[in-house]
Amino acid sequence: MKITINGRTIEAKEGQTILQAALANGMYIPHLCYHDKVGAAGKCRACVVEVEGMRGLQTSCSVQLRDGMVITTDSETVRNAQKLVIDLMLSSGTHDCLACEQNGNCELQDAAYFLGIERPSVQYGEINREFDTSSEFIYVERNKCISCGRCVAACNNTVVNQVLDFGHRGHHTEIVFDTDIPMGDSTCVQCGECSQMCPVGAIVDKNAIGKGRIWEFKKVETVCPYCGVGCKLELHIDERTNKIVKVKGVEDSPTNNGMLCVKGRYGFDFVAHPERLTTPLIKENGQFREASWEEAIELVASKFKALKDEFGPDSFMGLASAKVTNEENYTFQKLMRTAIRTNNVDHCARL
Amino acid sequence: MDKVKVVVGLGSCGIAAGAGKVYQRLLEINEAEGGLFELGKTSCIGMCYKEPLVEVTDGTGTYLYGEINDKRAEEIIEKHVKNNQVVTELVEYSDKIGGKEQDFVDNQVKIVLRNCGKMDPESIDEYEKRDGYKSIKKILENNISEDDVIKTVLDSGIRGRGGGGFPTGMKWKFARGYKSDEKYVICNADEGDPGAFMDRSVLEGDPHSVIEGMIIAAYAINATGGVIYCRAEYPLAVKRLNLALEQARKRNYLGKNILGKEGFNFDLYVKEGAGAFVCGEETALIASVEGKRGMPNKRPPFPAEAGLWGKPTNINNVETYANIAWIILHGAADYAKYGTEKSKGTKVFALAGKIRNSGLVEVPMGITINDIIFKLGGGIKEGKKFKAVQMGGPSGGCIPAELGDTIVDYDSVNATGAIMGSGGMVVMDETTCMVDVARFFLNFTQKESCGKCTFCRIGTKRMLEILERITEGKGEEGDIEKLQELAAQIKDSSLCGLGQTAPNPVLTTIKYFRHEYEAHIKDRKCPAKSCKQLITYMINEKCIGCTVCARVCPTKAISGERKQPHLIDQDRCIKCGACYDACKFSSIDKL
Ligand SMILES: Cc1cc2nc3c(=O)[nH]c(=O)nc-3n(C[C@H](O)[C@H](O)[C@H](O)COP(=O)(O)O)c2cc1C
Ligand code: SF4
Ligand code: SF4
Ligand code: SF4
Ligand code: FES
Repeated sequence: MKITINGRTIEAKEGQTILQAALANGMYIPHLCYHDKVGAAGKCRACVVEVEGMRGLQTSCSVQLRDGMVITTDSETVRNAQKLVIDLMLSSGTHDCLACEQNGNCELQDAAYFLGIERPSVQYGEINREFDTSSEFIYVERNKCISCGRCVAACNNTVVNQVLDFGHRGHHTEIVFDTDIPMGDSTCVQCGECSQMCPVGAIVDKNAIGKGRIWEFKKVETVCPYCGVGCKLELHIDERTNKIVKVKGVEDSPTNNGMLCVKGRYGFDFVAHPERLTTPLIKENGQFREASWEEAIELVASKFKALKDEFGPDSFMGLASAKVTNEENYTFQKLMRTAIRTNNVDHCARL
Repeated sequence: MDKVKVVVGLGSCGIAAGAGKVYQRLLEINEAEGGLFELGKTSCIGMCYKEPLVEVTDGTGTYLYGEINDKRAEEIIEKHVKNNQVVTELVEYSDKIGGKEQDFVDNQVKIVLRNCGKMDPESIDEYEKRDGYKSIKKILENNISEDDVIKTVLDSGIRGRGGGGFPTGMKWKFARGYKSDEKYVICNADEGDPGAFMDRSVLEGDPHSVIEGMIIAAYAINATGGVIYCRAEYPLAVKRLNLALEQARKRNYLGKNILGKEGFNFDLYVKEGAGAFVCGEETALIASVEGKRGMPNKRPPFPAEAGLWGKPTNINNVETYANIAWIILHGAADYAKYGTEKSKGTKVFALAGKIRNSGLVEVPMGITINDIIFKLGGGIKEGKKFKAVQMGGPSGGCIPAELGDTIVDYDSVNATGAIMGSGGMVVMDETTCMVDVARFFLNFTQKESCGKCTFCRIGTKRMLEILERITEGKGEEGDIEKLQELAAQIKDSSLCGLGQTAPNPVLTTIKYFRHEYEAHIKDRKCPAKSCKQLITYMINEKCIGCTVCARVCPTKAISGERKQPHLIDQDRCIKCGACYDACKFSSIDKL
């Protein structure tokens, strides 16, 4: 179907909202409580637009498109309303971006930039919420929270861990863990979904704090090495030190839809661990010595061959790992069946 | 001859004023006198300003005695009960001899409060004697169909008393229209408006009437279960409701095959709310019953389609339900006799603030505000001037004295910018600062916002900060416009009624009392002389040097020799007003 946004006619899909169609066509409308994954909440009102034939301003995140709809996203009325929303949000938190982890990756900043707001027109109220550093991997700074509710929706409906909710009332409303206890004492499993969903710097990954800005990192998409689900990861790598700084789930991946578990998201320290084996070792007279890959593989192959000649192929048993990919498991069984010539091959994931 | 009946008003208001002690004393006397009279309890009689109240009924009529203490109780027993001498100077109202408060009683029409203060609310027998449960029997015995019940409610013209004023019959019709194997009725007894106590009085004084109203609603919409959502701050109401439910179950007004009607199964329970104002909003209330955080949800779907546990649900206010049995018994036409074209019946108001007779009144719709305040309310305390009345609680607005002849119905009140609301009426006199009133109510809504919507959560806070500045004498040019701009956005873009109405007190006070805002901002003066930071205490030439003021001043800001005029050091004065109250020679001016 065809719709018109700011005089431009665009092709849109049935079932899309105004916001989705606009974003899909490269037209930005500020939006903070909406996220593809958690859907429309209609809370923040940053996304308001005018629609011909509808009274007042509409939240573009929640209005379904109809054929021939005529939408304006840049009138003065719209802009003033959007500015006031962002203005109020800026006024109610410590949104001083200089040292914020999310600088450059913050949706509130994007909206303020888009609307040309440098500082709030009203002064900060009393803002002195406690920082929550109790969780091992996640840092919570409620002073920056804009109460968009994305983390709450994600924790309850996406990963269904049901830890987060809103607590208290009025402008004291804030996110709470379980019965308003520190995150580290709560039933949180540290999946990090909330940190992934937070549009601002209110919930961030603790280990990455101070390790660099988003734009400094090289992004590498890969598959999680931990289990057979095969969640898609985006590694943020500091090229100067060649270290992984942070891991994000890839949002549109069909396997995990951006979600990760605590190991996939935060358990990457083994990669650069000093005790990690980085070259093959061969044991001679009870002592290990370093060896090249060629030498090591040569050695194993010759031993396998000798054993096969003496005891036959079925004296072998191959056990593959759940931590490697399907493709690697496929290659492994191929090795057992065609090179060793045995069907004795199994897998550790028999729980 | 029958024994003389002596009944004590034991509602929360009476108990707070000491009625429990009076009852105890009467019990002792009666025991000592070997059961001379019949001692009974009832609930709030409405005349809260005269509590504790004791009503004596003898062969000649009823006599309501006010402001009773132990001594007066003894006097009444001695003179009236024993010797048939009415203690006329203590009689507030009597159907035989009138009394001081005759106007207060005569100008009321009691439908909702028909039993309040007239019977023991803990006795189902007394309720039945006063036509109780006759309406549901009438329906079941005469096989009156669900549709006919709804038609009667529709024809009566009754509109929801919880604030919104939506036609009740219409609501029932919608709920009836949705098919489902389970349906619910809910009674909204959250009563969160500061200063409102209409619902509490009904629940404490006549719990069965609410239950009967709900049973009738359940019959009409085919509901299978029900909830009374009552705030936990009303322990007496909760206790009496639970007692009433137990009694009603024993007589099969609740339970399976009610009164022998095959397949009419319905029961109810009381859910205690934790006292959040927003939980009175129907979708938040439903979330709260379901064990979730009380946050409103988007409508549609309305509860009639998908309410409690996603099932069709009818939700009404306490007062709405309390009308129903009366309407069924007396017919729609009798009810519609009262009121105006679009607002039928009566409305209960809680009078509070600077009014002489603070208490509960039930009046026919269409009465003027002036009549309520002067005829029933007895005018303003201490002979001061009537300035304005806040209707509709924090969601409502201030109606100025000039509009005192506004009639009380939904549309006329709305036209002023206030709302009918649930029936709170806070009366203000010339010493009330209207900016401060706006600040008071906004402070309330701001604190009670559930935090979901940006404008309601942060916008109200920013408005409040501006109002605080103005009352502290730090207002700036443009503040009024900023308030109006924020107010417009908050009204427009909030999800629920709390946010949509929160700016009303500010907008109406700006509309009718703009000059007071301007005086605060431009002249740094509070015309009502109420905002501390904007008043100055000065000693005038009448001072005779008695030194009283100097002695009461907590900061020792007043100096002067004995018999010489005194002086206030303005830098040290904290404007507590102690000197002003203490001076016997009117020598201190409040400027
Ligand atoms: C913030 C807010 C608070 C409310 N509080 C109450 C309340 O305490 N009691 C009540 O009956 N209705 C209250 N309401 C109105 C209810 O949402 C609902 O309209 C009402 O219970 C319906 O009953 P009625 O049709 O009998 O009036 C409130 C509404 C809002 C928006
Ligand atoms: S880390 Fe996961 S479980 Fe813990 S609060 Fe966040 S979303 Fe919920
Ligand atoms: S912590 Fe982040 S995601 Fe959660 S409500 Fe606050 S701003 Fe939104
Ligand atoms: S208007 Fe206020 S109270 Fe109502 S849902 Fe929004 S934030 Fe909550
Ligand atoms: S993004 Fe639409 S209201 Fe928040």
